[in-house]
Amino acid sequence: MAARPNWLLRNHKIFEKHTFILLVGILVVVAIGGLIEIVPLFYLKNTIEKVEGMRPYTPLELAGQSIYVREGCNVCHSQMIRPLRDEVERYGHYSLAAESMYDHPFQWGSKRTGPDLARVGGKYSDEWQKQHLIDPRSLVPESIMPPYAFLEGRTLDLSNISADLKALKLEGVPYTRAMVETAADDARAQAGMDLDAQTLQDGYSALAGRKGSVTIRDFDGEPGEPSEMDALIAYLQMLGTLVDFKTYEAGDLQNQR
Amino acid sequence: MTDRSPESHAPEIDAHSGIETTGHEWDGIKELNNPLPRWWRFIFWASVVVAIVYWILMPAWPALPGMQGNTTGVLRQSDRSEVAADITAMKAERSALSAKLASVDAASILKDQGLSQLALSLGESAFGDNCAACHGAGGRGARGYPTLADDVWLWGGSLDDVERTLRYGIRSSHPETHTSEMPAFGRDQFLTRSQVGDLVEYVVALSRREADAAAVARAASLFEQNCASCHGATGLGDRTKGAPNLTDADWLYGGDRAAIQRTIHGPRNGVMPAWGDRFDPATIRALAIYVHSLGGGE
Repeated sequence: MAARPNWLLRNHKIFEKHTFILLVGILVVVAIGGLIEIVPLFYLKNTIEKVEGMRPYTPLELAGQSIYVREGCNVCHSQMIRPLRDEVERYGHYSLAAESMYDHPFQWGSKRTGPDLARVGGKYSDEWQKQHLIDPRSLVPESIMPPYAFLEGRTLDLSNISADLKALKLEGVPYTRAMVETAADDARAQAGMDLDAQTLQDGYSALAGRKGSVTIRDFDGEPGEPSEMDALIAYLQMLGTLVDFKTYEAGDLQNQR
Repeated sequence: MTDRSPESHAPEIDAHSGIETTGHEWDGIKELNNPLPRWWRFIFWASVVVAIVYWILMPAWPALPGMQGNTTGVLRQSDRSEVAADITAMKAERSALSAKLASVDAASILKDQGLSQLALSLGESAFGDNCAACHGAGGRGARGYPTLADDVWLWGGSLDDVERTLRYGIRSSHPETHTSEMPAFGRDQFLTRSQVGDLVEYVVALSRREADAAAVARAASLFEQNCASCHGATGLGDRTKGAPNLTDADWLYGGDRAAIQRTIHGPRNGVMPAWGDRFDPATIRALAIYVHSLGGGE
């Protein structure tokens, strides 16, 4: 660099002498990488693959997810089956981005103390889920999962459920205004109380694009006002069951990523 | 920081070390413009070259407007197509076995030692991942979840029966599921508390234990009217309805008086999910053979 007039060094002085300009310079440089990585995700059509059957959580399932997060289930259980042969063999089809598009927060992860739960829905009976939550070792002697017996019979707090749906609606989850308004009764209807379940079924099935998308039954076998056990079991029993993999084409170019 | 030296295009050489300075000066101290070490520059440029090669080979750049998707790279690497290939390869590897397992009838699989060995090992691993949660390791069972390692069967214990149960489940959401429902005689007030109490004595007597003779006599007609249609007039059960034999010593929900009373009051009507959609036919067949082999296959 001997004889060359040192242009860079001379002009670099501007940054070295003005803290604010230096700050702006740093921001611009750092933002370039971020913009290139993040911006296309907002306009790309194939960021979330097209699948049939996805719908937002019903109020009861959403309440179940809140309990799932509150009790820290996500600390030991991931909900993400990776595209690896042994995982697909054990848990089922690998998870798709579309399957967590209504999850706020998402439940991905790679640390598993317990098994992955992305497709646990329908794998065991409601009775099993209930007994297993009350006393895991009565069914699986080698389990290290703590018991959650207190969920049984604890009445589900539905006072905030409409607000929960409303907040998610703001985040882009396609709940309708009617769904937000009737959320609490929808939750009761799904748990088998004698309320209008047809509106619930029709509304959510329309979003899913297929009939009978909502499972309506008394999940904890205790009639009356839904318990936290009802909500958590309703949530667990629907995990990974929405997408119809008979119509999902993994070979489609859009889905090959 | 001040720069008192006039802007000069000629490099300034530090008199003491003989090295060029940057021209920057802090209170009389000048900064030497030492070049970066050669090894450092080499690694820097090597990284740049590696990055460019990577862009060419692997999916790297996200889509720009107008592009169909991200760049796929010359190698067209994709985790999803890799796992698809892995699974196709695995299926091909097992295809001979699977095809045979799914097509040959159950009885001849049992005769073919090689085939039944393979079925057993495949069945054992699938059982561990999926069935042991309820039925216990080795099918030892738990309260409410039948023991598979004995010869007591609710819905039949032949290979075909076991396979059918596996495929469609019991009181599951599958349209072809086994189904039956014992009424909640106490909870739904079909019977009074004392009638339930008499029936408990009757059931205890059926399994050849000491019972209150007066209560048993009172319950005889109750049993005939309410229970016999499923459990049979003599309490031997009915496999087409999944109604258990009440005369033996095996109890799904416990055989003491309190447990029997609870069952008549409000039965559990246990559920087994349908597995036909989760597994391919060969795995279902292998599971049936494994369960059949646990001790009580008919």
